[in-house]
Amino acid sequence: MTSADDSGTADPVGSTESVVDTSSGLSDRATTRSDTIVEAKGVDVFYGEDQALQDISMEIPEKQVTAMIGPSGCGKSTFLRCINRMNDQIDVCRVDGEIEFRGKNIYDDDVDPVVLRRRIGMVFQQPNPFPKSIYDNVAYGLKIQGKTEDMDQKVENALKGAALWDEVKDKLHTSGLDLSGGQQQRLCIARAIAVDPQVILMDEPASALDPIATAQIEDLIEELSRDFTVVIVTHNMQQAARISDKTAVFLTGGELVEFDDTNRIFENPQSQRVEDYITGKFG
Amino acid sequence: MSTETDQGPGITSGTGAKADQKANRRARRVLFGCAAITVLTTLSIFFVLIDNAASYFFGARITEVLVGGSFEQTITFTEFFTGTRWAPDHSTPAHGILPIAFGTIAITVGAAFVSIPIGTATALYLSEYSSKSVRSKLKPTLEVLAGIPTIVYGYFAISFINPVMLGPIAESLFGISIGRYSMLSGMIVVGIMTIPMVSSISEDAMQAVPDDLRNGAYALGATKFDVSLNVVIPAAVSGIFASYILAVSRAIGETMAVTLAAGFNANITANPFSEIMTMTAYMVSMARGTSAVGTVEYQSLFAVGLVLFLMTLVMNLMNDWFKRRFQEEYR
Repeated sequence: MTSADDSGTADPVGSTESVVDTSSGLSDRATTRSDTIVEAKGVDVFYGEDQALQDISMEIPEKQVTAMIGPSGCGKSTFLRCINRMNDQIDVCRVDGEIEFRGKNIYDDDVDPVVLRRRIGMVFQQPNPFPKSIYDNVAYGLKIQGKTEDMDQKVENALKGAALWDEVKDKLHTSGLDLSGGQQQRLCIARAIAVDPQVILMDEPASALDPIATAQIEDLIEELSRDFTVVIVTHNMQQAARISDKTAVFLTGGELVEFDDTNRIFENPQSQRVEDYITGKFG
Repeated sequence: MSTETDQGPGITSGTGAKADQKANRRARRVLFGCAAITVLTTLSIFFVLIDNAASYFFGARITEVLVGGSFEQTITFTEFFTGTRWAPDHSTPAHGILPIAFGTIAITVGAAFVSIPIGTATALYLSEYSSKSVRSKLKPTLEVLAGIPTIVYGYFAISFINPVMLGPIAESLFGISIGRYSMLSGMIVVGIMTIPMVSSISEDAMQAVPDDLRNGAYALGATKFDVSLNVVIPAAVSGIFASYILAVSRAIGETMAVTLAAGFNANITANPFSEIMTMTAYMVSMARGTSAVGTVEYQSLFAVGLVLFLMTLVMNLMNDWFKRRFQEEYR
């Protein structure tokens, strides 16, 4: 429902052109060589009897923005949640294959998912600030990780990093829930970057926001990719084209059909299925 | 409808709609009547308590005064609220409520020390830690615990908790030989009785905390314990507190179990192995039929009942206040 609407309503040719225009500025960065930080090797995911992902292999480059697009139910969010083992929370979910984070398989028995998630942060679709003050929201991760020295400075830096500082610096001790949706989402981003992770996973972070708030988040994501590796799931192809260096296209059935530099995916997709999807012929 | 087909269904009420409206009004009246019964009952109980308590303090009921009787204070409030001996039915009567108020408060506080920690921990375990299969066994067990008649708990106290659990401890550690009844046995049995109340209401409140919040914390590298303590409990605090208030109110009003466990000897003591009497236990012992209607000891039942009523009312008001205060903070 979501992805089909976005692409299907636009004129296929027109949308492709605009996509190329906006992404061309990023192509230089995309083609520079970069080290792999997360590598999936033959990942299968099952929910009970149902297979959600089939044999996914991909290398996610460090300090770049990698987008994952595809129609609803294609497994892109599932894959994202495998990278920080959030799927562990779901009883019936089973993950086969390997996902390496800096060369270490995160599904090895000696990996503690709690520690893993301190390296790989996450921002969710719905802004989910805690019912605490703005300050305490950002400080929460620092507190549970025992990084309590220079707390004020770290909170300020995180809020600046999330482009929220100027809006909230005079009301740090009011509830995070009093902020607007876009501000709440940037608060959640501040909360994630406060603990200085290496990778930030974003699960459709702008889909619940209005266009202006969405643009702010998109700008922010480009900023963040200087210091962090960003992996973003989106059903909005224009968004993927605008902000990402690499794009992975998942299609129905849980397959990774194509994974390449973003401008190549949108300009010159290798498979007919991907071309049909990004030009809006199906989805 | 069929008469209006030429222009489609109209919005004026036809004959069928009129009958519908009538049925609607009738249903509304019946439902209101049922709701009114509860209000009327509460008001009548309150009135009966006050009426008879007036007779206890002033020698005449309000209803008697209305038809020409007169008030003449026989028991002063000072004696009632500060006297330390309670024996309205004694040959030298005394009317100080403190000993039995002490009994009730001691049992309530002691029970809270049992039910609140165990109940909260159980709720947290069920809501955050337990697997589905454990949960599916534990929850019904707790519900069974909640459904056991209180008299059965009373016999459990008198035949097991007091003689088997507490007796040897009192004997060997303190050199006290325990009687048939003890304050501690009452605290424990009322505490156990109210565990399901704390655990099930607290668990509902914890379950109502959105998973988004939990996931947000897990994604920051929080452990289950962090999430429970810093996310789930603060977000569920008003529901958890409500469960405490309900459990405490229940402990204040608990009658059968506490009477059988703690006994009938009104006294203020720090010795947990000694027999005491709660306000409810006094009412049970008075209501067994030895006191004639209209006597002072009979009227004292209503004065004690009124105090009990006011105590639980205060608990309810506290609950309302807390709810309002914290729902504002955690929408």
